[in-house]
Amino acid sequence: MNSLIITSIEQGLIFGILAMGVLLTYKILDIADLTVEGSFPFGAFIFAKLVTSGLNPIASTLLSFLFGTLAGLLTAILFTKLKIKPLLSGILTMTILYSVNLKTNGKANIPLFSHASIYDLGPIMITLIIIALIIKVTLDSFLKTEIGYLLIATGDNESLVKSLGKNSNNYKILGLMLANGLVALSGALMAQYQGFVDITMGSSIIVVALASIIIGDTIGKKSNRIKNTSKAIMGAIIYKIIGGIAIDLGLEPSDLKAVSAIIVIAFLSYNNLFSQLLDIKRIRGGEKYADNKRPVNELQ
Amino acid sequence: MLIIKGLSMSFNKGTDNELRLFDGLNLEIEKNRCTALIGPNGCGKSTLLNLIAGSIKLDQGQIILDGEEITKLKEEERANLLGRVYQDPYMGVSPSLTILENMALADKKGERFTLKRLIRKKNIDRYREILRELNLGLENKLHTKVKYLSGGQRQSLSLIMATMKHPSLLLLDEHTAALDPKTSDLVMKKTKELIEKHAITTIMISHNLKDALEYSDRIIMLNRGNIILDRRSKDITEDQLMEIYRKKLEMVA
Repeated sequence: MNSLIITSIEQGLIFGILAMGVLLTYKILDIADLTVEGSFPFGAFIFAKLVTSGLNPIASTLLSFLFGTLAGLLTAILFTKLKIKPLLSGILTMTILYSVNLKTNGKANIPLFSHASIYDLGPIMITLIIIALIIKVTLDSFLKTEIGYLLIATGDNESLVKSLGKNSNNYKILGLMLANGLVALSGALMAQYQGFVDITMGSSIIVVALASIIIGDTIGKKSNRIKNTSKAIMGAIIYKIIGGIAIDLGLEPSDLKAVSAIIVIAFLSYNNLFSQLLDIKRIRGGEKYADNKRPVNELQ
Repeated sequence: MLIIKGLSMSFNKGTDNELRLFDGLNLEIEKNRCTALIGPNGCGKSTLLNLIAGSIKLDQGQIILDGEEITKLKEEERANLLGRVYQDPYMGVSPSLTILENMALADKKGERFTLKRLIRKKNIDRYREILRELNLGLENKLHTKVKYLSGGQRQSLSLIMATMKHPSLLLLDEHTAALDPKTSDLVMKKTKELIEKHAITTIMISHNLKDALEYSDRIIMLNRGNIILDRRSKDITEDQLMEIYRKKLEMVA
């Protein structure tokens, strides 16, 4: 049981990086980006290619981030320049990446056990905590910069970004690049963790990312203190622990995907339907009505 | 001063449904004055604003703002010279950001956005001062997300944000139409104060003839892309305007 928790936390930290990437597109830019399904294994395959060619694991991991940004760039070009719908753009890039992934090493499965990995540097848990924290802090401070705020405003209200004299497409491109860079990085970390890369490792990874974000969202819902990035990491860890326990209790690993999807459906429908029911109660209670009156009183 | 020369524009160009709205429209908008555009639905008021802002492309003609031709500039390039407040109070703000964050964004308009922190402590007092002039108590709500404000407060903030960098031209696109009468009055008064204080050239669209007269220096009536009335606002009363509105529109209809 103890080792189950440790494994779950370690994998949760890796998926936390994935979730922080998806956070940028799903929550901030409000784009459902399926590129992720391709860029996660893409990061892993690029890492495998580089590390088996003799490059050291740190450089290989960092380069997988860079290649991931290229995957995001392709999707961004498809939908900002060629005007293909974002969802389809992601699917197209993901499909291209499937072939690219197979081409990089010429096979669908590559063992990495005999190669150096980033976890040789120290205890796995500590290494992952440090990496996840560095990314979290960097991302948080990026979102406080002038460019970071333009990224948020692009997802929030594009016409404001235009009125500020900026082309909002540039910020969509930037967001998609960063997001897929992080996703590829997470893929590279996962490859080293499990000791192999596999062409199927990206399938339905978007559901894992969304489940993490959505579970994370339920933490500290009422307060603004906990940053979305922290929530994403915590959500990923909780998701992994829940999944680990479920398997420990006898759930088939192959059933886990359906369970993840059901978790996402449950949380999303709760947010869409049930929270609205609560709102209606509030309106009936007169609280919201009174809220709307207040400004008029203040205006007088 | 804004000069529009020989402006032509058609909708659905090259199809059977081609609709020619403007055919060689000429118009001069004087500097530091507020010009009201009125007219029935479909007369071209909003389209004219969209053409000036570059949201839609013109077929022919020139748009010259303060001596600089802006016809070829893209929408976001023109945005640096213009301020615009829309009918929908959500259009001019970022709802999930706070008042402070919105003000700081508007304050960077037309400048280069970098990797420096957006919120600078030294600017906060200045923002608070600007908000205090609105008299809505927004200066005490700097950290409130804009989506939690009322329509009137949100629209007042949009107005502040649009005028913060003193644009060469302010476009008001029925910016009080979505507000209740009392709030609408208040936002109109704030608008007048702001554009007089900073001497901002303004074009205002209004469906409310009374507002259009009261808050403008000049009034222009459009019908099917043609100017059918152009007067100083003080030389005409609401009743006269109503009369002309009815007669002229019946005549051309």
